[in-house]
Amino acid sequence: MEEMIQTETVLSEEKKSHKHRKPKSTLSDKILITVFYVTSTLFGLMCLYPFVQVLISSFADEKALLAEGYKLVPSKWSLDAYRVLVNANEIWTSYGVTLFITIVGTLLTLFITVMAAYVLSGNKIKYKNFFNFFFYFTMLFNGGLVGSFILISDILHLTNSIWVYILPASFNVWNCFLLRNFFAEVPEALIESGKLDGASDITVLFRIVLPLSLPAIATIGLFSAVAFWNEWGLGLLYITDERLYTLQYQIVRLVQSIDAASNMANSGMGNMGTTFEPPANTLRLATAIITIGPIILLYPFLQKYFVSGLKVGGVKG
Amino acid sequence: MSDDKSVKKKTSLKDFDVIRKWPLYLMLFPAVLAIFIFSYIPMVGIVVAFERYDPFKGMFGSPWLGLENFKFFFSGSSWLTVTVNTLYLNIIFIVSGTIASIIVAVMMTEIRNKAFSKTAQTIMTLPNFISWATVALFSLIFLAEDGIVNKVIEMFGGDPVAFYSDPVVWPATFCVIRIWKGAGWGAIVYMAAIMGIDSSVYEAAKMDGASRFQCIFRITLPMISNTIILLFLMSVGGIFRGDFAMIYPFIGDNATLFPTTDVIDTYLFRALRTSNNMGSNMAINLYQNILGFLLVFGANYIARRFSRESAIF
Repeated sequence: MEEMIQTETVLSEEKKSHKHRKPKSTLSDKILITVFYVTSTLFGLMCLYPFVQVLISSFADEKALLAEGYKLVPSKWSLDAYRVLVNANEIWTSYGVTLFITIVGTLLTLFITVMAAYVLSGNKIKYKNFFNFFFYFTMLFNGGLVGSFILISDILHLTNSIWVYILPASFNVWNCFLLRNFFAEVPEALIESGKLDGASDITVLFRIVLPLSLPAIATIGLFSAVAFWNEWGLGLLYITDERLYTLQYQIVRLVQSIDAASNMANSGMGNMGTTFEPPANTLRLATAIITIGPIILLYPFLQKYFVSGLKVGGVKG
Repeated sequence: MSDDKSVKKKTSLKDFDVIRKWPLYLMLFPAVLAIFIFSYIPMVGIVVAFERYDPFKGMFGSPWLGLENFKFFFSGSSWLTVTVNTLYLNIIFIVSGTIASIIVAVMMTEIRNKAFSKTAQTIMTLPNFISWATVALFSLIFLAEDGIVNKVIEMFGGDPVAFYSDPVVWPATFCVIRIWKGAGWGAIVYMAAIMGIDSSVYEAAKMDGASRFQCIFRITLPMISNTIILLFLMSVGGIFRGDFAMIYPFIGDNATLFPTTDVIDTYLFRALRTSNNMGSNMAINLYQNILGFLLVFGANYIARRFSRESAIF
């Protein structure tokens, strides 16, 4: 027994002295860490490069681009793509549609999800387990794409309605469970004291629970907003009215046919005269740039939230 | 006696949780309604798989066909192609994605320079937030015949690859693109697991003369194996769901690429847009859903047995 204690003290002394010494790293350690630096730098550059190249090429002259391919420094710069884009009304209509569904959709889904998560957190209602299962079962099994198709087109008649983007996504079970776990960590005593002061559940939720859960709310808000912003699959199935296309659906159309890009370029050229060729290729890239703009602007702002939100919710989830 | 009764009556009304706590149930109502409409009603639509569906006659008025729709789907050869493609693509995506994410997570946690790893992380997670449609558009400038990838191949003396007419290259191409888009994001959860390891373990190993390389393989990876297995099981549960959102923007209706890229979901999407035979569409859908359900259930069962605390549900 004594021996063990002795060795322990020896160990802890060694530890202390170890801390004071500068950590010695062997050659193999140095090589390994260099490899890590080099690899992660290369991967980081790989992640960044497509963005940079698309941005640069969107400012390249169409003819130069066709002649010499995609270069980091094109021989001739041009604003043609953006000048055409400014007049491409279908893109700005889609921008409006996308903004609308992103803002309204995110607010609606946050509202519904937050309320449900609050009710299901802790032991607030008697039938908690029933509702948990009611929601959870839909993650295991569902009517799938065809079931939704019949519902939306034959029963709800949401075809060619902007609500087809918003309503089916108005509640997300996974996000609800993430939030529920987050809310469960708010001390019960805080909620009780609010209740004692005569606050209703809504007041408790919005005045006490929500301010304490901002990282989780921000995380889920970001995820929802990005999902709405990036939506296009529903447009493919349910929307034939061009005025209701989302931005990303326009992108899919541009990817799949250069004709769509040429048509857009032609309509965007308007009264610029026919002296220059419709910049179909650069226009595609310019469109991509303006559609990812808002995400890139929003991203660093929310990044600090989502890591902590994800850790709390995701690992425990 | 009569007093007792009235008291009892009062309490029995209040016994209904729904009435006593009506504001809470009201708050839950929109979510219940949304799930009922958008998840449960489509489940009823499954009956269509056994009918010759006519939207005017409705789900319950259409003529009954029995298993005719299933016979139609399984008598062709496409069901085998799309099933094999779905499984094959998902398996290589899961394996390559998991390995890439773990490598990124290990590198990011081994690099002690905070500013460097933060910047690197910001850049590596960025591609996760752009849509597959935009990624497909980005890819045009890389994969086109005169694109950047072919320029590089030619620089090293290779033969250019015709990406948009050669089905063979797509599984590998998708793997690379998925790693580009998702490895940085996928690494976050592994990083959280690595940072949860008790640092005294590393200190002890260091004192015994372990190199960093040994620490990674003898401490880090074994310590996060639970997380790895759990996430692996979760993704295996979704193995019957083809990634339509990724595949369609790249492939679209380019039938020359279908042999390696057509999955159940893209097949179904095409069927929905081109055929009016909703019954057979539903049959395909049901086939996928039942297999998917069994797999999710099985995966969860194994996860639960493997580690009670970390079971998903």
